[in-house]
Amino acid sequence: MTPFALIATGFLATPLVFLISRQKLVALAALLPAVLFCGFASYLPDVASGQVVVQEVSWIPSLGISMTFRLDGLALLFAMLITGIGTLIFLYASAYLHHGWRTPRFFSALTVFMASMLGAVVSDDLLALIVFWELTSLSSFMLIGHEPEKTEARRSAQQGLLITVGGGLAMLAGAVLLGSAAGTYRISEIIASTATNPLTGATASAIVILIGIGAFSKSAQAPLHSWLANAMVAPTPVSAYLHSATMVKLGVYLMARLNPALSSAPLWTPLLVTIGTLTMITGVILAIRHRDLKRILAYSTVVSLGTLITLIGMGHPIAAFAMVVFLLVHALYKAALFMVAGIIDHATGTRDTAILGGLAARMPTTLIAACLAGLSMAGLPPLLGFMGKELIYEAALLSNMSLIVMVVAIGANACMVAIAAVIALRCFVGRPQAELQETVQAATEPSIRMWMGPLILAALGLVFGLLPGLIQPFLVQAAAAVQGESLPYTLSLWHGITPMLALSAVTLVAGAVLFFNWDLVQRTLNRLSPLDRWGPDALYDRALDGLMGFAEWQTRHIQTGSLRYYMSVSMGLVSTAVVLTMWLSDGAVMPTLDLDGVGLEVVLPFLLVGASIMVLRSRSIVQGIISAGAVGFGVAVVFLLDGAPDLAFTQFSVEALSVVILLAIIGHMPFRAPDPRPAGQRVRDAVVATAFGLMFAVVLFGVVAIPFDEALSDFFRAASVPQAHGRNLVNVIIVDFRALDTLGEITVLALAALAAVTVFYSGQHIVTRRNNGAPAPATARTATDAL
Amino acid sequence: MNSLILRVGSYVILPFALCLSLYLLWRGHNEPGGGFVGGLIAAAGYASYVLPRGYAALKRVLPVDCLHLMALGVGAAAISGVAGLLGGTAYLTHAWSSIGSLALGTALLFDIGVYLTVLGSILTFLGFFLEQ
Repeated sequence: MTPFALIATGFLATPLVFLISRQKLVALAALLPAVLFCGFASYLPDVASGQVVVQEVSWIPSLGISMTFRLDGLALLFAMLITGIGTLIFLYASAYLHHGWRTPRFFSALTVFMASMLGAVVSDDLLALIVFWELTSLSSFMLIGHEPEKTEARRSAQQGLLITVGGGLAMLAGAVLLGSAAGTYRISEIIASTATNPLTGATASAIVILIGIGAFSKSAQAPLHSWLANAMVAPTPVSAYLHSATMVKLGVYLMARLNPALSSAPLWTPLLVTIGTLTMITGVILAIRHRDLKRILAYSTVVSLGTLITLIGMGHPIAAFAMVVFLLVHALYKAALFMVAGIIDHATGTRDTAILGGLAARMPTTLIAACLAGLSMAGLPPLLGFMGKELIYEAALLSNMSLIVMVVAIGANACMVAIAAVIALRCFVGRPQAELQETVQAATEPSIRMWMGPLILAALGLVFGLLPGLIQPFLVQAAAAVQGESLPYTLSLWHGITPMLALSAVTLVAGAVLFFNWDLVQRTLNRLSPLDRWGPDALYDRALDGLMGFAEWQTRHIQTGSLRYYMSVSMGLVSTAVVLTMWLSDGAVMPTLDLDGVGLEVVLPFLLVGASIMVLRSRSIVQGIISAGAVGFGVAVVFLLDGAPDLAFTQFSVEALSVVILLAIIGHMPFRAPDPRPAGQRVRDAVVATAFGLMFAVVLFGVVAIPFDEALSDFFRAASVPQAHGRNLVNVIIVDFRALDTLGEITVLALAALAAVTVFYSGQHIVTRRNNGAPAPATARTATDAL
Repeated sequence: MNSLILRVGSYVILPFALCLSLYLLWRGHNEPGGGFVGGLIAAAGYASYVLPRGYAALKRVLPVDCLHLMALGVGAAAISGVAGLLGGTAYLTHAWSSIGSLALGTALLFDIGVYLTVLGSILTFLGFFLEQ
């Protein structure tokens, strides 16, 4: 299957997954990612030998828009992680979740996520990538909010969505800048064009910052990291899949993908290394402060994401290779550890590391998975994690980074060692706290669907560690995509006595020290908790509150709900704007008075002005209505005399109808109701109304002063009978020449009436419900009488 | 609004208004008139009939629901344009056939659509005021 067919299968299979997961056969849904995995795996030999699979799918051929899919080492690495881990997650989730009404929605969202993720990493088009990117944010929103009745879940889902989509907006701006600077939105062409003329100056900085914000928000870089930890309210399969192994790496992917194009920008290395290092420090501190397994894992993910961003920013070839290797290492062990955390939670009902213990005897298989994954996380030989860590140190040493980066890297890795030990040892060895004794005694190994995933992923870390030749050619190609050039890297466990080995030893010792003093360090760091009030999570709440406050304030002041206020404001603004414009552009013209051939109609203006004054001075509603009607009929007479009989007809009918309708309303009002407006208000309304009328007069004088262009009238006069078989120009234009406009207008008319029906009857509905059960027979008439 | 003059008067007004509105609709293509004015005048006729009798009385003189009237109107106008498509020209290009000197075309169907939509929506709005 072609890459496009694979992605399309993912999307199109969603309804099928929905149907399957309504039954008890949920586990079958895992076949989908498995099939996709095999599809992508079939490209492995080609891609590992350095080929790039490119597929162009014509999308809107008439506009020349096509979608291009490009499968190189980096894209295939991601695609295989997404589908491979996806298969295990689908299986795991089928046993983890209680089967219920939410199950189909969960698996559909998971499928949409998987397909969007594949689309994002395989697209060669920057805009298509962004569309898929946003789709992953949306499905993540659905999955974090899996239990929408929980306030925490709603808040976390909203926070994740707002932060990642907000970042996505910045990224869109950056992508448009990049696309117009390079003259194309094809990523491969952008890279090719920037190789000959690199981006420079302010544009380059703006692109790096804007795209950086998008990537940093998605990949939970400080200070945008808080959503990731809060996303842990999602079911554990989601945390393992989206929020550690795949989705959060999308930002890393984009940075890696654009590295060849943007690394020449002066801001690139400083920005990425600074943000990445800050993220590592933040993650380490927060990880140690927590007792909840999932939170610890989430913050250690933040540390790893910071490491990956830092490695991309280093710009050294070996850093690119280290990035790719560590990406694979991290995806394997972190997904496994999350699933282990889920198993523990499932069996004991708690994820608190401070009270857990002694599970080794009860769950030996899970223990093996946890230990293998933990060893890879700690970076011990002979696991793949060891090579990943050595490569990180080598990259940091070779790329002349400042000592701070080196120290932070060692600290972060030491923290990884300690966290790995906490998870693999604390929960399984030692004794549980007294209150958990019985639970632990009763705990049993979960079903095979649950322990298979972590075991396979953790075992892969060992297999790849022992036989690095299996993945080396493939990873070399992935690193080549990041670096923009192919270089001969090698993966091996033993490099001899090197500085990296010494650093590994230091890391291990530091990690061990940290582990044995875990509680002490935790207590010390938790003294910092008062600072949380100014942390990014609290700031997010304050920003949201501020936004709500602002919305309330402006609604109160602009949307007062008073029709009279709206009309005064719009009329006043329009009058001012038009008169000012005409005055500034010298468009105001005094009319020339031409009294030749004026007969009886000279009386009309006086009648109109008189009737208008009557409207302004009227003291009761009936008087006002009748005066306004007189104005309308006067205008209609003007139309009739000036050769617009159709307009006059319509005006007469509208006036007649208005009077009828207004009288119908009057029937429900006190007949001689006095005008409720205070005197000041009446004067203000009169001023606004007069200004509006004067504005129209000024505009009309201006319009009349311009010589009339007869081109359109001539055309209609000439074409009306031969083309439209009608002599009434107005009607011919309405039903024939501009029929589409008319169709639109009558549709609007019908929709307005429909909307009014909805508003009217929903209001009645609320009234009836309020009256239900209340002893208020006097007001209970509304709905029954009306319907 | 239950006045005897209006009650009796509207008996006469309604048929006259309807005839006038149809006449205006028919001649609209060549003389002043058309679907829009026709719809307004028909609505005025119905309004004067309903005003003294209450909205429920509308059912006696207008057997179709106002919402259906609007749907019919928009539908007729939209369908009248399909003839143009079938003829290989743009949507809403009207087709014509002449019977002697009388030219009939899908433009009339379109105008009827406008008439029905205007009538239906005004009567819908009127309903709210009368049902309060």
